Amino acid sequence: MNIVVCIKQVPDTEAVIKIAGDGKSIDTGDIKWVMNPYDEFGVEEALRIVKDQGGEVTVIGAGPARVVEALRTALAMGADKAIHIQDDDLYGADPIAVAKMLAKAIEPLNPDIIFFGQRAVDDDSGVVSSALAELLGLPQLSVVTKLEVADGKAKAVRPVEGQTLVLEAALPAVITAQKGLNEPRYASLPGIMKAKKKPLEVKTPADLGAERSDFIEIAVLNPPPDRAPGKTVEGESPAELAANLAKLLKEEAKVI
Amino acid sequence: MAGVWIIAEQRDGEFRKITFEVASAAKKVADGLGTEVTALVLGSGMEGACAELGKYGVAKVLYADGDAFAAYTTDAYTNACGALIKDGGPDVLLMGASMQGKDLGGRLAARLDTGIAVDCTALAVEDGKLKATRPMYAGKVYADIFINGSPQIASLRPNVFDIVETGGEAAVESVSAEAGEIKAVVAEVQAAEEGKVDLTEATVIVSGGRGMKEADNFKLLEELAGKLNAAVGASRSAVDAGWRSHTDQVGQTGKVVTPNLYIACGISGAIQHLAGMGSSKVIVAINKDADAPIHTKADYCVVADLFDVVPELTKEV
Repeated sequence: MNIVVCIKQVPDTEAVIKIAGDGKSIDTGDIKWVMNPYDEFGVEEALRIVKDQGGEVTVIGAGPARVVEALRTALAMGADKAIHIQDDDLYGADPIAVAKMLAKAIEPLNPDIIFFGQRAVDDDSGVVSSALAELLGLPQLSVVTKLEVADGKAKAVRPVEGQTLVLEAALPAVITAQKGLNEPRYASLPGIMKAKKKPLEVKTPADLGAERSDFIEIAVLNPPPDRAPGKTVEGESPAELAANLAKLLKEEAKVI
Repeated sequence: MAGVWIIAEQRDGEFRKITFEVASAAKKVADGLGTEVTALVLGSGMEGACAELGKYGVAKVLYADGDAFAAYTTDAYTNACGALIKDGGPDVLLMGASMQGKDLGGRLAARLDTGIAVDCTALAVEDGKLKATRPMYAGKVYADIFINGSPQIASLRPNVFDIVETGGEAAVESVSAEAGEIKAVVAEVQAAEEGKVDLTEATVIVSGGRGMKEADNFKLLEELAGKLNAAVGASRSAVDAGWRSHTDQVGQTGKVVTPNLYIACGISGAIQHLAGMGSSKVIVAINKDADAPIHTKADYCVVADLFDVVPELTKEV
């Protein structure tokens, strides 16, 4: 089984996000960068499949030099090799443009499965995976919480609003991982040591013959809308607090 | 036949609420552009239901009937909608940022070689172009976006755009569309637990965090939720402790929710949780720690032990 896992490096979810001076991007000065949490489920699933069925796991990430850290983390978890599409301006790019670049890098590898996290927790788009599936003409199994791979087929559980779907597709396929798919392992110390010696290939968009074409133009970033200051609900006893809260929700907020 | 198009969402032959939200929002965009709203409906035996979309501002429905359109698949929708959109050449294409819309949007954008703004919370027209506002970093910032491609595609976050009844009946035109090869097949559909409301569709959410202390205590929240027809959510700590299923998690690595009322019980308010529920219309915090960050986001703060207050609140509502 030849498996590719696409990885994005994103700000840690505990990070405070500040808007940069240009008003269109974020201030990356104080940010701690991590592998997108959903991508960890993709790496873990790939490692488990290869352990059972044999094969190789290649991780691919696009972005500036720092992205190497996220790729090394995946190698330390147990992936076999990494490809870094290096471009300083790629962070914040249009997901369709990123998908085109990844397609150029992935197509020659002929993978059986391409994993993604179901979305990256920075731009929250979740577009790259399905765009890549379209560009490569592959089926997509999105936001899956359970996966079986056997006999050249993937069977995936996908929860949607009020229902759970079981999807089936012949490989090769694009599969995006949702929390619940597995428990990602931590990189062990020997894993981290080994990762330093694993192959990590650096390519530029030019090497891949990919031209950057952004359809998305961010005009401005704004902080979230302010919320009006809240009020403290008064009451001497739990019963009184509850009664006063219920009254406020019914008569003032009119939400129940 | 340019203009503003929407992709309707239906389940078992009935339009879903998000369809009316998208139609209503599309009508405003169409008014801004001086054009009309066309709805693409894919279904099986739904022709009679289509005219109803007129109520929400749709002027015209293009209806494609077929067994392959009875339920959503990525492939049938991409093939059929892709071809109809290439033919019709709308300027703007809108859909819900539901599970269906999130699955379809990126694929359609790639097929049509254009851009998409996902999960938008506001739309406007500026200089004849769509301006889409969408949260990023789970709501820590909001981006105003223009799309330099055609059509300009945007998906709209459920439960954010008001449903507005403006019109009468839409003109319905039957069109033929090819479903093509279905590569990812829906082999099975399992219904969710009876009476369980999905977090992303709930108008009221009662959520519990580390302060719940153990899984069994979520019964208190279930009882309150039962009275309010609410969904029960959880913070990451509660999910990581194994008290609730990961599908219940609200936050940056869980679901981003926008209910009318969010009641946070025993949740301290870590930044990644606040990001996931911060755009709820009304927020109630029940937490005995007066310094918990959740109180700074809440409209109504109850500084008391949730184990005392929640059962009383269940009696009151």
